[in-house]
Amino acid sequence: MHTDSLLASAVYLIVFPGFIFLTAYGLFLQWVDRKLCAVMQNRVGPPWYQPTADFIKLLAKETIIPDACDTAIFKVLPYFAIAAVISALMLIPLWKTESLFAPFQGNMVVVVYLLTIPTVTFFLAGWSSASPYSTVGSMRVLTQLFAYEVPLMLSLIGPAILAGSWNLSEISVFFAGRPALMAAQLIGFLVAILALQGKLERMPFDIPHAKNEIVGGQFTEYSGRLLAYFNLAVDMELVVGAALLSAVFLGGAWGLYGAAGLALFLAKTLAVTFLLALLKVLMARLRIEQMVNFCWKILAPMAMAQILLDIVIKSRL
Amino acid sequence: MSKITIPLGPQHPALKEPENFMLVLEGEQIENATINLGYNHRGMEKAAEERTFIQNMYLLERVCGICSHSHTTCYVTNVEEAAKAEVPERALAIRVLVGELERVHSHLLWLGVAAYEIGFETLFMYTWRDREQVLDCLELLSGNRVHYSINTIGGVRRDITPEQKNEVLKRINFLEERTKYYIKVATEEPTVRARAANVGKLPYEVALERGAVGPTARASGVKRDVRKDAPYLLYDKLDFNLITHDSCDVFGRVVVRALELMESYKLIKQVLNYLPEGPLTVKVPPRIAPAEVVNLYEAPRGEDIHYLKTNGTDKPERLKVRAPTLANLQSVTYMLEGGWLADVPLVIAAIDPCMSCTDRAMVYDRKTDKTQVYDWEDLRRLGIEAYKRKGVDFSKF
Repeated sequence: MHTDSLLASAVYLIVFPGFIFLTAYGLFLQWVDRKLCAVMQNRVGPPWYQPTADFIKLLAKETIIPDACDTAIFKVLPYFAIAAVISALMLIPLWKTESLFAPFQGNMVVVVYLLTIPTVTFFLAGWSSASPYSTVGSMRVLTQLFAYEVPLMLSLIGPAILAGSWNLSEISVFFAGRPALMAAQLIGFLVAILALQGKLERMPFDIPHAKNEIVGGQFTEYSGRLLAYFNLAVDMELVVGAALLSAVFLGGAWGLYGAAGLALFLAKTLAVTFLLALLKVLMARLRIEQMVNFCWKILAPMAMAQILLDIVIKSRL
Repeated sequence: MSKITIPLGPQHPALKEPENFMLVLEGEQIENATINLGYNHRGMEKAAEERTFIQNMYLLERVCGICSHSHTTCYVTNVEEAAKAEVPERALAIRVLVGELERVHSHLLWLGVAAYEIGFETLFMYTWRDREQVLDCLELLSGNRVHYSINTIGGVRRDITPEQKNEVLKRINFLEERTKYYIKVATEEPTVRARAANVGKLPYEVALERGAVGPTARASGVKRDVRKDAPYLLYDKLDFNLITHDSCDVFGRVVVRALELMESYKLIKQVLNYLPEGPLTVKVPPRIAPAEVVNLYEAPRGEDIHYLKTNGTDKPERLKVRAPTLANLQSVTYMLEGGWLADVPLVIAAIDPCMSCTDRAMVYDRKTDKTQVYDWEDLRRLGIEAYKRKGVDFSKF
């Protein structure tokens, strides 16, 4: 590999759109989400620098590691979560049609796989903390994973079948040229939004860390720097989740590139964040068994219906 | 899977006051629940014996921050009965008015708290915003938002002017509209229904057996309301319905409280339009002849009982408060067992607990694993012994 491409890769990974951009945009989206919720709930909401201030404050705080926990795993998990999320971002087309790395057939599956890793780290985080609240929290993380993962994957399969490709850029190009078919993916899009809400553990699916029930859930024993990085991983996951939906359902970059493509990318992720905030405000938290029922009995059949619809459409094309 | 014991409290986000619930979990389901009281005992009954009847009014107002009017009204009625004082009807009407406004503010507060416990923060924000209207009414009438201090022995401290009456009526009409909307939200929103229906079941027989009171009992179909059963103040002259619901779950408790809000608005309008002319207070002598009195009051959370024994001085011989939460706590363990961990905050919140009003002191010895209740003589003896060990002898005093 040339030094040039090595340097470019390093810039991609660390500066843009990697760690630094993703941190900044993740914190910004967290603020957008909080501000939108506040306005919808008749509150004032935080100033724009609040998430950054929270992050810096947590970095400066003492990190307490419980005696009973598995220290090595406990310390290393937040970084695993962040690394997985950044890797997933690299495979998604952002401001141009091609993704930054590995535009191969099947990168959609890899993205979904990489986005599962943070959830697994949440489970391990709770499990290795060895406190009753985090144990219950991590059991809920796993239960929830089995509930939303299947509808999410099924909802992504529909567009892939229609586009005849497992490559995210090819899927986005296919839909960017055919708005009518994009509109036909509405059910799949709804399922994906709800499943993403479950993946990001937000209301009504914030069951694993429901504060009224199990305090901080899987993160109860986390503090200081480690908690800051876990929170950051969740914010980054929001960006990557929104980017994934934008690439699969909203036609990606629409053939644009450069600044225009970036503006489109930001607009689409903001739109997805708005939908997620709306869901958060409208509902009460479900019980874990209600969540599993909902995902398996309503979301999964809806996603299958979308796949059937796509197969029918494909046979007529 | 092995069983996990989870301590809910004394410090826990779901509890507004320190209290402990030990939950034995089998997976996500609760096998056994135990309540431990005693983290917030303030010794108010004892403190009351050291204060005059007037001073006690302000002390007892602070038994509860939410039903402060309930406790003073019950206490003041006791004192007036012991002193055989005839309270003017205008004063009684104003007491009813403030009492009903207090019920409105308490029920709206509860609706918000219940919504918050199931993670429905939007409803919580909305109800608490609208609750400001009734707090403004109370401030207008009494000068205070929370501890109104409208009562005094023999009557009330403040009169109601026609302008105040119009202002209160205006705000109550606004709240009535908002409450209709909340009833719609709380009874039709699918996630709220899913979380509240068939949760915290308390069948009619169990509610009777465990002595549930207030909206908790009424949601189990028990027709129990002091305002109807033993009318005090002006309630026998007023027209209102006793609301019950027979679903025996948290959903029923939501419905009962929401419909009671509508009844309270009705009562407030009746009282404001009734308001007989006349003086506000009668004179009651500071020293009260020996007597024993018990009175009941339907606080927003249920039946509140005060017992008063006077001895001819200006201080009570004995004062006893039984706040409604103590009666309802007996049902909580029944409601929790067999339920889901996720429902615990909601089930506890559904009795509208006020832990500090109800707290009792108990001594638990960890070495011998024994619990014991100390009376005054024991405490005095222990105190003397403790000081003796430090070299001071108080036994002669």
